[in-house]
Amino acid sequence: MKKDRGDIELAGVCKSFDGITNVVDGVNLKIADGAYCCFIGPSGCGKTTILRMIAGHEDPTAGEIVIGGQNVVGLAPVQRRTAMMFQSYALFPHLTVRENIAFALRVRGQSKTDRLRAADAMIEKVRLTQFADRLPAQLSGGQQQRVALARAAITEPRVLLLDEPLSALDEQLRVQMRQELRRMQQELGITFVHVTHTQLEAIALADLVVVMEQGKIKQAGAARDVYAHPHDRYVAEFMGGQNVLSGRVEKVNGASFTLAQAAPSGIEVPLQARANVSVGDKVDIAVRRDDVALVRPGRDLPPGCTTSLPSRVLAIEYQGYFVKVMLDTVPDDEFVAYVPEKTFFADPFTVGDVVMATWATGSALPLA
Amino acid sequence: MSAVAANMPETAVPSTTRAIAPSKGGRPWTFYVLAALFTLYVIALYGPMFCIYILSFQDIRGGLVFPMKGHSLHWFVDLFTQVRTGDVKGSFDRSIKLAVIVTVITVVVSFLAGLGFRKRFRGDTFVFYMMIGSLVAPGLVLGLGTGLLFQALGLNASWYSSALGAQLSWTLPFGVLVMFAVMSRFNHVWEEAAYDLGASRWQSIRLVMIPVLAPGLVAVALFGFTLSYDEFARSLQTAGSLNTLPLEIWSMTLNVTSPSLYALGTVTTIVSFVVIGASLGSIVLIQKKRGSSAKG
Repeated sequence: MKKDRGDIELAGVCKSFDGITNVVDGVNLKIADGAYCCFIGPSGCGKTTILRMIAGHEDPTAGEIVIGGQNVVGLAPVQRRTAMMFQSYALFPHLTVRENIAFALRVRGQSKTDRLRAADAMIEKVRLTQFADRLPAQLSGGQQQRVALARAAITEPRVLLLDEPLSALDEQLRVQMRQELRRMQQELGITFVHVTHTQLEAIALADLVVVMEQGKIKQAGAARDVYAHPHDRYVAEFMGGQNVLSGRVEKVNGASFTLAQAAPSGIEVPLQARANVSVGDKVDIAVRRDDVALVRPGRDLPPGCTTSLPSRVLAIEYQGYFVKVMLDTVPDDEFVAYVPEKTFFADPFTVGDVVMATWATGSALPLA
Repeated sequence: MSAVAANMPETAVPSTTRAIAPSKGGRPWTFYVLAALFTLYVIALYGPMFCIYILSFQDIRGGLVFPMKGHSLHWFVDLFTQVRTGDVKGSFDRSIKLAVIVTVITVVVSFLAGLGFRKRFRGDTFVFYMMIGSLVAPGLVLGLGTGLLFQALGLNASWYSSALGAQLSWTLPFGVLVMFAVMSRFNHVWEEAAYDLGASRWQSIRLVMIPVLAPGLVAVALFGFTLSYDEFARSLQTAGSLNTLPLEIWSMTLNVTSPSLYALGTVTTIVSFVVIGASLGSIVLIQKKRGSSAKG
């Protein structure tokens, strides 16, 4: 079969249900053919609405949705050649696994022998052969998910849309099914658009991570980009793993500027992308939690570190390969250091200890 | 629980091992009170009916009261052969036909109403209350009104026109209410999934909605049938010259003084039970075929 392009382009897409507020507010995005794209954001940020608009279950109030070079607004899902995997899978309870998977072929009028043969091939692909005659209620969560995936994939769509596909599963299964989704995506070679509110899921799976807030895209990029180089405070806090500090610019000197903070000497931040800061600006910066080192007062700072913030240890959580140390470094924001297990236990802190939080100057990141 | 505890005999021993409500073995005294109440209720419900059933099996000497005189099927034969008892066979036929028509209309209309009420629409509450209104309206008055209306329009009242209409005014709202309960357990994502997979509206109704809702539709049908089959008040003024079965039984109580009246009671009960049994049986069959019930 000739494979059609499954690249997606959203141009100025808006959606309003009540005519007053936009649930999706002017979204522009390009998703490459065969990419795995994850939309991520808190509930109510419009990510599911975008998915449903791409799927053809919702029409945009304004804007264009282009799939494979064709504007699909107003077309039915079948005409779009998209398929959706619903959050709770929406398997038909009265049909067996085989009949569920063959459903799309049945409504297209394929003969019974043809469609059951095609369904059986698909069942084999998702490794459910021994469950083919079971009803959905007799399957485990993971098996149900595979049925849903097979049912959506049997029509050879060019885009597969997944609405929180892993949220109904327990933790262990989620990790396992995550890999399975990725495997299926590579096997089918089609575009996957996946909506989730779990950061780990998004960065583990996606080629393209799209962080959303209140109907707008906050940042879209490769998983590593979004995680390591968040654009602004919202993305940094939402993706996690970062400490966000704010303060006023005290002085700008060449390639770096200094942020006034509780620290006696201020915080030195490299300028990088934000070239145009001037003295007095209020600026947010991010420091990765695993970049923070803790030093007892009076000891020498590690090389490359110019900033050190005196802090008190508020709580300590053992996480296995690292130890999460929560500090009162900044008055209103959380400040956490992820200390490697071996480093921590070489000289363990206890709650109430005063430590100096420090990091290599180059690792501080100014935010928009 | 505190009331129970207060009424427990004091054990005097400040032992903590003795629970107020024993968890294993003995039951609290309230259980026995409620069980006795339930037994009384069951006797009051079925006792009178069993008297009728038993007395219908007397022989030719039988009377209308206990004691039982011999036993035979004489009065059942009498029921269907003797003309003086009235037109039992004819009215029975009419009642069954009417009940079947009512059932079909009730199921179809209730299903469509269920579809209509999936989404809110302008005036939906008004439509709903109008429907409930016909449940609350006194049946006898409604029947009387229907009879008068037919007269005013110059139409002849008959079991298949005016009585059908009067009965539907009762079975439709009932059916729709049951349908609402059934529909509330229908996950509309199934419809969306069917649409996503390329099903037309009609295919999604035929291949997904009807099969999933089948047990509920059987329940609606059962309601329609039984409500029509023993409907009296609404039929009284609307059935015209030919009686339905309940009307026939009623007129028999006025002029028949033999146990064939009781035999008729037994026969109609058996028919009711067969219908109910068949309906419940088919629901169980559907559920069984579907394994443990569908995920909500």
